[in-house]
Amino acid sequence: MTRALKEMRQVGSTTVVVPSGEVDLQRSPELYREMMAICRTRPPRLVVDLRQVSYMDSSGVSTLVEVFRSVNAYGGVLVLLAPTERVRAMFQIAKLDQFFTIVDTEKEALRDG
Amino acid sequence: MSVSPPLELRLLSDPANLAKVRATVRQASVDAGFADADAEQIALAVDEALANVIKHGYGMQTGRPIRLRIEAVSEKRRTGLRFVVRDYGRTVDPATISGRDLEEVRPGGLGVHIIRTVMDEVCYEPAVGGGTCLSMLKWKSDD
Repeated sequence: MTRALKEMRQVGSTTVVVPSGEVDLQRSPELYREMMAICRTRPPRLVVDLRQVSYMDSSGVSTLVEVFRSVNAYGGVLVLLAPTERVRAMFQIAKLDQFFTIVDTEKEALRDG
Repeated sequence: MSVSPPLELRLLSDPANLAKVRATVRQASVDAGFADADAEQIALAVDEALANVIKHGYGMQTGRPIRLRIEAVSEKRRTGLRFVVRDYGRTVDPATISGRDLEEVRPGGLGVHIIRTVMDEVCYEPAVGGGTCLSMLKWKSDD
């Protein structure tokens, strides 16, 4: 897998990607490039599994916003899976916790996959 | 490890340095008596300030100097920490620095919004000799 993404797998029509570690100004550019490359393949449902992301700053959040825009533009669905408490707090400060579709379990994330 | 202010860190404008600074700020905040959740948010705000210097002040150039000073403050019956970020890059007009319009969901200005949300007092000033000085103050909520 790439440095930005620890894992990527296909479950039916759903693509699941797993970033990990601290997503900050150092790591988010690479994550952005990887995520945009995936978006160009137009997965109908893209799940970003955030369970292993221990920290995210505004550059990481901005990457997710851009991914959302890209997926939304071709009519796909973006789902964020189980962000850690620290990352969830970041979404709340950014007032984006209501903007993203966030689910707590893999079963919910794959529901329509 | 205990991190007691005042503390002056000199670092270079490399994103690879941010993780270490976050850890130092988090520890200094906990040592000053902030709750863990508050210390996390303080570390996030300082991280955003440094990231903005690297991105906007230095245009992503690495190897440029940044100073971070952490000092304890007290006033009447309350105490807190002040974080002063000094860079030597493009001088920013404080009047042009604003958080994003939260009605629009787009990335720009999010870092400044986070800094202003987390910190109690935020002041940008052009620094003598060039660059910008950003002062951020956080009071302990239980004081």
